[in-house]
Amino acid sequence: MQPGTMVMTFAAFCLPFLGAAAAPALTRLLGHRAAWPLALFPAAIFLHFAGFLPEVGRGEVVTGGFAWVPSYNVSFSWLIDGLSLAFLLLISGIGTLIVLYSGGYLKDHPHQGRFFAFILMFMGAMLGLVASDSFLMLFVFWELTSITSFLLIGFDHAREAARRAALQALIVTGGGGLLLLAGLLVLWNVTGVTQLSLLLAFGAEVRASPFYLAILLLMLGGAFTKSAQFPFHFWLPNAMEAPTPVSAYLHSATMVKAGVYLLMRLNPVLGGTTPWETILPAFGGLTLLVGAVLAIRQTDLKLMLAYTTVASLGLLVMLTGLGSEHAVAAAALYLVAHSLFKGALFMVAGIVDHETGTRHITGLGGLGRAMPITFAAAVLAALSMGGLPPFFGFLAKEEVYAALEGDSLRSVAFTLAAVAGNALMFAVAFAVALKPFLGARVETPKAPHEGPLLLWLGPLVLAACGLAAGLFSAAVHPLLSSPLASAMAGAPTTVDIGPVPHASLALLLSAVTIALGVAVFVALDRARAAADRLVADIGWGPDRGFDQVISGLVRLGHRLARWLQPGLMEVYLTVTFVVVALALLVPLAWYDEWPRPPLWPADAQFHELAVMALALIGVGGVLTASNRLNSILALGIQGFSVALLFLLFGAPDLAFTQFMVETLSVVILTLVMTRLRLQPRDARPLAQKLPDAAIAIACGLGFSLYLLRVTQSRFDPVLTDFFNLYSKAIAHGANVVNVIIVDFRGTDTLGEIAVVMITGLAILSLIRIRKSTTAPAGSAAEGKPAMRPAVNVGKEKQR
Amino acid sequence: MEALFSILIGVFFAAAVYLMLSKFLVRILLGVAIFGNAVNLLLFTAGRLVPEVPPIIAAGLDRQLAVTANPLPQALILTAIVISFSFFAFLLVLSYRAFQDLKTDNVNEMRVAEPAAEAAPPTGY
Amino acid sequence: MNTVIFRTLAPFLTALMLLFSLFVLLRGHNEPGGGFIGGLIAASALAIYGIARGIRPVRHALWFHPMTIAATGLFLACLAGLVSMVAAVPFMTGLWIYPSLFGVEIPLSTVMLFDFGVYLVVVGAITSIALALEREDF
Repeated sequence: MQPGTMVMTFAAFCLPFLGAAAAPALTRLLGHRAAWPLALFPAAIFLHFAGFLPEVGRGEVVTGGFAWVPSYNVSFSWLIDGLSLAFLLLISGIGTLIVLYSGGYLKDHPHQGRFFAFILMFMGAMLGLVASDSFLMLFVFWELTSITSFLLIGFDHAREAARRAALQALIVTGGGGLLLLAGLLVLWNVTGVTQLSLLLAFGAEVRASPFYLAILLLMLGGAFTKSAQFPFHFWLPNAMEAPTPVSAYLHSATMVKAGVYLLMRLNPVLGGTTPWETILPAFGGLTLLVGAVLAIRQTDLKLMLAYTTVASLGLLVMLTGLGSEHAVAAAALYLVAHSLFKGALFMVAGIVDHETGTRHITGLGGLGRAMPITFAAAVLAALSMGGLPPFFGFLAKEEVYAALEGDSLRSVAFTLAAVAGNALMFAVAFAVALKPFLGARVETPKAPHEGPLLLWLGPLVLAACGLAAGLFSAAVHPLLSSPLASAMAGAPTTVDIGPVPHASLALLLSAVTIALGVAVFVALDRARAAADRLVADIGWGPDRGFDQVISGLVRLGHRLARWLQPGLMEVYLTVTFVVVALALLVPLAWYDEWPRPPLWPADAQFHELAVMALALIGVGGVLTASNRLNSILALGIQGFSVALLFLLFGAPDLAFTQFMVETLSVVILTLVMTRLRLQPRDARPLAQKLPDAAIAIACGLGFSLYLLRVTQSRFDPVLTDFFNLYSKAIAHGANVVNVIIVDFRGTDTLGEIAVVMITGLAILSLIRIRKSTTAPAGSAAEGKPAMRPAVNVGKEKQR
Repeated sequence: MEALFSILIGVFFAAAVYLMLSKFLVRILLGVAIFGNAVNLLLFTAGRLVPEVPPIIAAGLDRQLAVTANPLPQALILTAIVISFSFFAFLLVLSYRAFQDLKTDNVNEMRVAEPAAEAAPPTGY
Repeated sequence: MNTVIFRTLAPFLTALMLLFSLFVLLRGHNEPGGGFIGGLIAASALAIYGIARGIRPVRHALWFHPMTIAATGLFLACLAGLVSMVAAVPFMTGLWIYPSLFGVEIPLSTVMLFDFGVYLVVVGAITSIALALEREDF
């Protein structure tokens, strides 16, 4: 890649984030018209990546990037092949239209700027995700799409339903992201590479690895949660709580396809095995049927579309799992077709909702006259979704049926599933596109009229693209479909299906699908009632399960916290010291490393023993002291004895420091202790004294024995020798201790003096808080605590 | 000599732990003070004891030739003494403040941060 | 504490201790001593002065707030570490120069600057703690 192009590409990845940063200010300045300048960001990205079309069409792979953390072999690098490019163009192209659409949809919304920022941030994350070459980037962008999706679903955060949906999406997709991370780590462990472009060479190795199944399941965990495969499908319909531009963009055209993208990307590496060809089609097929049946059941336009999205994703996963040449081509075509028609239909549903005030299909009718452009867009999109020639959706469906051809039981089963799913989706497509617009006028909350240009431009362009792509498929295939299918298959693949129907089994199946679809469409009310009964009979779904899990977690967390954090210092300290004693004594016993019984040291001098005895007297004095002065005095004796011990054993620096510290301690203790009350007796009942004493003795014994054991083993003087050797030679100091402090370990000391300084600041502020709270109110004089923390904080907590 | 020190340090630790297990602030403070000394002595002893020869390189020499006390634990302890002193002062003031504001020196009665009966958090969204 | 002898002697004692603390600081590199010990001695000197004469004279004599002194110390210590950046060696590498003053060679080093920073931090922080606690009304 040319250096100039590389910089441009990098800029393209940064551009959405720059746009996000600029969006709030622009919106404040221009109002909803800010959509026009903001749409330039994705449009520029679209044009930049469109420039790669010829190159990628020739089968070349564009890579670039730079080292990020070279020592860990982490790079910021991208890989643009047919698969990535198709996604990049869909994301930036649909993104441009969505930004415009948001301008009209959220006109005069107080937080429109924030919305633009979120959606552009999401776009940046999604572009990064599909172009990432390095595993780390893939994961980071993957989670970033989850987070931005969370922000967008919860955009209307004043409603509980939106908050719930946002959290649900975050937990499901973010959790899936963790599985992906684990999968990537295992993959890295098996192959030793951290880049997708290099991974392709290790396909056989990965498939033969004993960890293959683990990798596969982890990756599927990531992909299935993101792409809403059964049984993780429930978050996607709930995500319809988001404003419609979000539903159209994230939850149909782009983000939910990230899982499919991952599967397509890994198909050459992980695909072709029995588990792959069993799990993917099975779950995909199941999702297709579940999604289609649930879609029929809905009356809300957005929910109908959301469930068909689930079904479509199931179809895509199923095709990816089948992995034959036709299946790959079908997946490629369906991926593009679906993004075009579903995005358009969602936007249509949004316009209807926006202009009439309702999106319930039973409360809508006869809008065709009032909203002709919207109607046209809806019909064009529905024709593509229904798979009628010459739309792009038709090509996709023909290819799907061609992929499923075969006489095995498996083929027949999947064909039946596909036909049933497609027929139901056909019915839903036309229900959404025709029911609100045809028939008698139904009174709506708002008087219906055509939406402004900003609203209808997006769906119309997308729907027209679906038609144009079908008509000019001969030009589209070599640029888009074939490279996409090739990248997915891992080998050059040509897609050549045309928009003109020709007699084949696939065409027959298409006809059956359409006939079934029309039948369901006509009897939609009865079909809805039947689906409703079915769901009511089952009663429990993963959506309710999610609520149960969350409330269970909250209760468990509360109980656990109550148990682990009873709020009693005694308990904390007791547990701590019991663990300390065990940590010291258990290893000694376990490894039978008890120290030898110590001998009386022959070289012990009388004065050394006397100082030690003095220290013991001091400690004993502190233990038994019954008034302040005695305890301070005893503590002082103990401290000065320690200082003497340091002095006697060759540590004058320590001794001086200890002397000074003890002096200062006595001073400040006297200053503070005179104001503190000391209980004359240690008011512990015997029942508490005994266990406390036992713990204390266990700790003391543990330290004693441990230290004995340590001092009885050989001393390794390597560090000491180093300092003795070099402190004069290279650090020019004769006092080795000081040289270590200020030179060898200078950075440590810097941290330590910072700590000293911070404690000083903390003490000062503790003293000043009191002064400022007592001075004006004078409440201390009345004997009330100045801050009354117990009362206040308690109330805060309950709120 | 290390053996005697080990026993002394054990006594220090036992006394410190016993004091810290008390419910009353002042005793806990005294325990903390002794604990600090115990830890310092532990470090000191673990580096082995050499009587009366400080780790200072004699004038005119380029490196240490004599057998001296181990400088490394000394460097560690020196900073530890100062830091434990400043923390001790902080603890002291904090205890005094707590005593002033809460009118008690019994730690079990200090339940501001962790009230005894805390209601379960809401399970909604 | 308020005896006449103590109150009279305290300023001299303080002055002597401060001088001694500087001496301990400067000889620290080759003899027992150093920034920590020196700082503690100076802080005790000021604490004694405060006990004898009250905290107002101490604050007056110090001119700066003790925390300012401590902050200056931390700043100098950081600076001592950063000097090595100019010489393109890792952070905190000790650098020495030997300028001669009146024919006497005086070793100066970033290490010494660092130790002086330690001294100031300890003096400032401990003095400010001691003075804060010596207040009657806290």
